Amino acid sequence: MELSIWNRHFETMPREQMREVQSDRLRDTVERVYYNVPYYRAKMQEKGLGPEHIQTVDDLKLLPFTTKQDLRDNYPFGLFALPMSEIIRLHASSGTTGRPTVVGYSRRDIAVWSEVMARTLTGAGVGKNDFIQIAYGYGLFTGGLGLHYGGEKVGASVIPISGGNTKRQLQLMNDFGSTVLACTPSYASYLAEAIEESDIERDALKLKVGIFGAEPWTDNMRREIEKKLRIKAFDIYGLSEIIGPGVSFDCEYQNGLHINEDHFIPEIIDPDTLEVLPEGELGELVFTTVTKEGLPIIRYRTRDLTRLHFDTCRCGRTLVRMDKCTGRSDDMLIIRGVNLFPSQIESVLLEMDETTPHYLLVVDRINNLDTLELHVEVEDRFYQDKISELQNLGKKIKNQIESTIGLSVNVKLVEPKTIERSEGKAKRVIDKRKME
Amino acid sequence: MIIKQLSVFLENRAGRLNEVFGILGQANINVSACSVADTSEFGILRMIVSDPEKARAILKENLFSVNVNDVISFATPNTPGALSRTLEILSDAGIGIEYLYGFSPGDKSFIVLKSDNIEKAIEELQKHEMELISASDLYKF
Repeated sequence: MELSIWNRHFETMPREQMREVQSDRLRDTVERVYYNVPYYRAKMQEKGLGPEHIQTVDDLKLLPFTTKQDLRDNYPFGLFALPMSEIIRLHASSGTTGRPTVVGYSRRDIAVWSEVMARTLTGAGVGKNDFIQIAYGYGLFTGGLGLHYGGEKVGASVIPISGGNTKRQLQLMNDFGSTVLACTPSYASYLAEAIEESDIERDALKLKVGIFGAEPWTDNMRREIEKKLRIKAFDIYGLSEIIGPGVSFDCEYQNGLHINEDHFIPEIIDPDTLEVLPEGELGELVFTTVTKEGLPIIRYRTRDLTRLHFDTCRCGRTLVRMDKCTGRSDDMLIIRGVNLFPSQIESVLLEMDETTPHYLLVVDRINNLDTLELHVEVEDRFYQDKISELQNLGKKIKNQIESTIGLSVNVKLVEPKTIERSEGKAKRVIDKRKME
Repeated sequence: MIIKQLSVFLENRAGRLNEVFGILGQANINVSACSVADTSEFGILRMIVSDPEKARAILKENLFSVNVNDVISFATPNTPGALSRTLEILSDAGIGIEYLYGFSPGDKSFIVLKSDNIEKAIEELQKHEMELISASDLYKF
């Protein structure tokens, strides 16, 4: 399958030329933030930096980092580089952990967003003959509208159904003949179950492609969804602080996500020392936007952990690739001193035949010792009348997990469908240690 | 003589057991015999009901994990040593017992038994002229 490329000029640009484009745009961005955003000017002056010190992408490392907290501290519009009269759109994060983070777009920012989303969808083979069912939430969250612009730009028939209302999702998927489903991977997995339980025959559906993102998911989960929905599942990556969805995307070879680096320059840093790491090393992903006008952002710490690969992909794109993000530096649990990512648990469960990837990890501290309890559903098709069989299943899960993560875990078998299913982002962990 | 027994996976949670009986009662399904096996983590409810297939479908609709398996039921005199003599018939024939439950309402004791070889157990008990209870009889009790 050779899929087309939306913007061959930038997506297949020789690396040297890309460096020049990035350097030109970086100089321009640094100048704009220095003169228009007091916060950035102060931060640069603290480091004795002026715009003249930033000439090429190699100078990026001199610049200060920006964090989510910095956005909150400047709530709501303090980091905008344009007067509000030039801002035509505002989005905001949910703000469950404090003030929401607010992002603003100029008319040109929206055009850039459409462009990068058109690249993303084209990379997944989506075009004007497709029906794209957008089951990401529309509203302050950037998921829905980001996909929407991309869908329109490539000329697909856009179905802006938004998230939730599973019954209606299935009805329209069936009646309209949706060929593309765009939503979070956990909702895709939920929809797959709902299709199985409905009267709808999978063969009657025209679904062929899934565009999934907005939360970390593993390759195992990808295979599971692909098998259940009988589609090809593409990962997309983005965050509202940078632009929303469209920062990077899978091509048909699914060999890492291509970053739209003519707009967003990536770096990988060590989250502890903050030093830039060499190519191929695992670390925290940092982005600098170089075309954004409303909210240009310098060295934004995403907290996502990944690696970068600069070799040319088989699809022909020269855009740098990042590994699928499967962990966040702030999702990481530290259990008895061992680093644990919930995605590791998920991988183990997906590799076992007798379980579903629905799980809940409960972390607690009892007598000053961290405890780990894993709830796994006993599905009807795995259930047997023998206590010994059930106990063996519990033991098998326990052994597999323990040998993979090196931590002891209590496995609790629970009834089917009792672990909360998400229609948005999945809740996989309850950390009772934080609640005290 | 094979009886269909329903087996339901239950979490150890207050009121959960009664939810099952409530659901069956509303569906007008009668429970003739039941037993709960519990471990520290979970429980298994086993029961003989008036309409096993319907009961299974309704419980599945209510998202329970349900399994239907084969058991036998027989009656012994309600006297000391009677059960032992019956089980000896099975052990002499090399038939293993997975579990059993029963009660004695009067002159007779009624036993429900799960074995690793149901067919042979029936054959042996019939050979020794033990009183086997058929499914239709049991549902009526």
